[in-house]
Amino acid sequence: MSDKIKVSIDGITVEVEPGTTILNAARQIGGEIVPPAMCYYSKLEGSGGKCRTCLVKVSKGSEKDPRPMPKLVASCRTGVMDGMEVQNITSPEVLEARRGVVEMLLINHPLDCPICDQAGECHLQDLSYEHGLADTRYEFERRTFEKIDIGDKIQLHMTRCILCYRCVFVADQLTDSREHGILGRGDASEISTYIEKAVDNDFSGNMIDVCPVGALTDKTFRFKNRVWFTKPVEAHRDCPTCSGKVTLWYKGEEVLRVTGRKDQYGEVQEFICNTCRFETKNTSDWIIEGPRHVSQQSVISANHYEMKPLPVIKKNLELQEANKEQFERATKF
Amino acid sequence: MSRKLLLEHINVPGIDTFDVYRQNGGYRAVEKALKTLTPDEVVEEVKKSGLRGRGGAGFPTGMKWSFLAKPEGKPRYLVCNADESEPGTFKDRYLMTYIPHLLIEGMIVASFALGAKTSYIYVRGEMMPQIRILEKAIAEAKNAGFLGKNILGTGYDLELYVQPGGGAYICGEETALIESLEGKRGNPRIKPPFPAISGLYNCPTVVNNVESIAAVVPIINDGGEEYAKIGIGRSTGTKLISASGNINKPGVYEIELGVPVEEFLYSDEYCGGIANGKRLKAVVPGGSSVPILPANLFLKTVTGEARLMSYESLSEGGFVTGSMMGSGGFIAFDEDQCIVRNTWNFSRFYHHESCGQCSPCREGTGWMEKVLHRLEYGHGKLSDIDLLVDVSKKIEGNTICPLGDAAAWPVAAAIRHFRDEFEWHVTHPQEAMERNYGLAHYADPLPPVGEPA
Ligand SMILES: Cc1cc2nc3c(=O)[nH]c(=O)nc-3n(C[C@H](O)[C@H](O)[C@H](O)COP(=O)(O)O)c2cc1C
Ligand code: SF4
Ligand code: SF4
Ligand code: FES
Repeated sequence: MSDKIKVSIDGITVEVEPGTTILNAARQIGGEIVPPAMCYYSKLEGSGGKCRTCLVKVSKGSEKDPRPMPKLVASCRTGVMDGMEVQNITSPEVLEARRGVVEMLLINHPLDCPICDQAGECHLQDLSYEHGLADTRYEFERRTFEKIDIGDKIQLHMTRCILCYRCVFVADQLTDSREHGILGRGDASEISTYIEKAVDNDFSGNMIDVCPVGALTDKTFRFKNRVWFTKPVEAHRDCPTCSGKVTLWYKGEEVLRVTGRKDQYGEVQEFICNTCRFETKNTSDWIIEGPRHVSQQSVISANHYEMKPLPVIKKNLELQEANKEQFERATKF
Repeated sequence: MSRKLLLEHINVPGIDTFDVYRQNGGYRAVEKALKTLTPDEVVEEVKKSGLRGRGGAGFPTGMKWSFLAKPEGKPRYLVCNADESEPGTFKDRYLMTYIPHLLIEGMIVASFALGAKTSYIYVRGEMMPQIRILEKAIAEAKNAGFLGKNILGTGYDLELYVQPGGGAYICGEETALIESLEGKRGNPRIKPPFPAISGLYNCPTVVNNVESIAAVVPIINDGGEEYAKIGIGRSTGTKLISASGNINKPGVYEIELGVPVEEFLYSDEYCGGIANGKRLKAVVPGGSSVPILPANLFLKTVTGEARLMSYESLSEGGFVTGSMMGSGGFIAFDEDQCIVRNTWNFSRFYHHESCGQCSPCREGTGWMEKVLHRLEYGHGKLSDIDLLVDVSKKIEGNTICPLGDAAAWPVAAAIRHFRDEFEWHVTHPQEAMERNYGLAHYADPLPPVGEPA
């Protein structure tokens, strides 16, 4: 094993393996200093670098070459160097750029959260609460698309898509031929399958889990309920195709939805197969493990009073200031 | 008359054929390089010449070549970027149409220097005639033993292919070009890794502009030091300029770097002055991506020195009062041209050409275009002007590839220097539809305008 390298993010030092990205180093620290990530997905090779929400400032390149990097960099695709110093929430420049990115992501987004199944577990929603402006400065018609069915279980509502490419990478990893990809360019690009062909694979349902917004949704769950009225429960079954480890979303006695188990960054731990996701919706199909720990970034936690302590480094005034601001913003609502 | 290195024989009849080109001293550089020099010596000559990339960024070519990784057992590639699609730039097409063997010759020498056994010329898809011309030239060169196996009996093998492009401006960005060449969608890659380490088919790759590669020929013929004597400071050699707009003699000119812009614009050797006896209002000196400059700041720098056609002089004053050499797409605007309309037109282009991978560019270019359209057509608001500046700042520097910057700069620069013209479009919407702003205003010297907050 090669030696670990030291990197500091917003003044907090952490030791990581060589080759780790800034984002993953920040995730090892955890808390407020973790940059938001809309397109990076650790389980999808090649993902990241596109949405630009994770931009950070590298104020010191490394011990050997202490020059700062000239531009903000995408933390999800930039590797750490020994002695690197990174600023995330302590840099006004980063916060400003992030506000800009969030605004860009929203100008063509329909903001139809009241009728969107993703509402409540949507990363774009979370992000806009944190960084968005109250008002839009965009006064033009937003782009819209027709809904498309990708097979009989998944629906694509392209109007909501933020073009993070995650679903494309899922399809790339699942199939050898390119059946699901991007057509068109610029703001006219759209996700599409090859002539609306169903992506015919046992694991295609995972596109729903990786989609950070409500563009890809589970047709067997559509409009059944709001996620925050459902109760997530961890369960597993003996599945011949996948690990069978899932989260069941209950309303009363009924299983409304089955998903992979997501971690605090919205990433599933293991991909699950379509049989587990769409076909087995009876409690009797499952061995229940217990209620799920609900991440507090989500509105699902509305009734779960769980507070993560804010990380405060005593000596770092700037960070304390940033935390105070963060706290005020968080308690404003 | 200044020295011509690339276009010296351009008027010789039949110079596009192998025989005539050879009779005029063509392919000497191949003979010299392959028979008397080692690859490293060729790289050394190019380094000494001080040649800087002619594709836009101006990165020293010799340095780029020496960064190429050389792992054992992996092929290396040279790719010529002939995807020329920047509005205002048409020099590569000219060169390929009229003197294609110069590019082929340069490709052979450069491939030899880099140790590439397979090289590609990626030509913009719309340039079908040029693709045919190059294919014919390659066949002629191969027939004469300058391509293929064991070139000139030196044991060096090289295959050269022409690849029609994917039909998008973005395919000119080097990593998008590589993706496109591999048969994929032309999306720029996220760097690092840089092509010099992992480019085409994940092998070390150099991407160079047509003109950069062509310039290798005179460098090898005359020696790098000789080449470096031409020009001024770190801007060595000659450069092709595509001159267009309201000038008497639009066309492609080969200049010695360091010619005063005034001479370039007004002398009969080059542009021949502004057409129809009008006055100069503004210039975009390096293709649509670089900042526009009003006449007074273009002819003289803010310190009152005459501006020269060189990398340094054109960018003197930074973005506040300067511009850039870019790819040498020189566009002159006379007093009758509307800057708002032109800015809208440029941003329409970038909106259309954004690949759509990263959010700031995908959404921001469309947003800017719509706001500019509204301003130009008399529906704008005063707050739109600051909005544009703000949106351009949110794009600049936050994207994967420089297209985002290229879309943001022209807008920011137009507002920086011509804010009153934008304001006039808001306050006189009716008139703005009928006539242009301010006529003679910009032909007079103005105090420099600071960067808007
Ligand atoms: C959006 C975009 C378009 C570009 N188009 C071209 C082009 O058409 N031709 C070109 O030579 N370089 C183009 N470039 C620059 C290339 O990325 C690259 O810098 C150049 O080919 C390097 O060659 P050089 O070192 O010889 O200049 C473009 C860059 C960007 C960002
Ligand atoms: S459909 Fe969802 S996962 Fe796919 S690109 Fe759009 S937002 Fe990303
Ligand atoms: S800056 Fe624009 S063109 Fe470049 S990668 Fe991003 S979206 Fe594509
Ligand atoms: S998460 Fe890093 S750019 Fe999207």
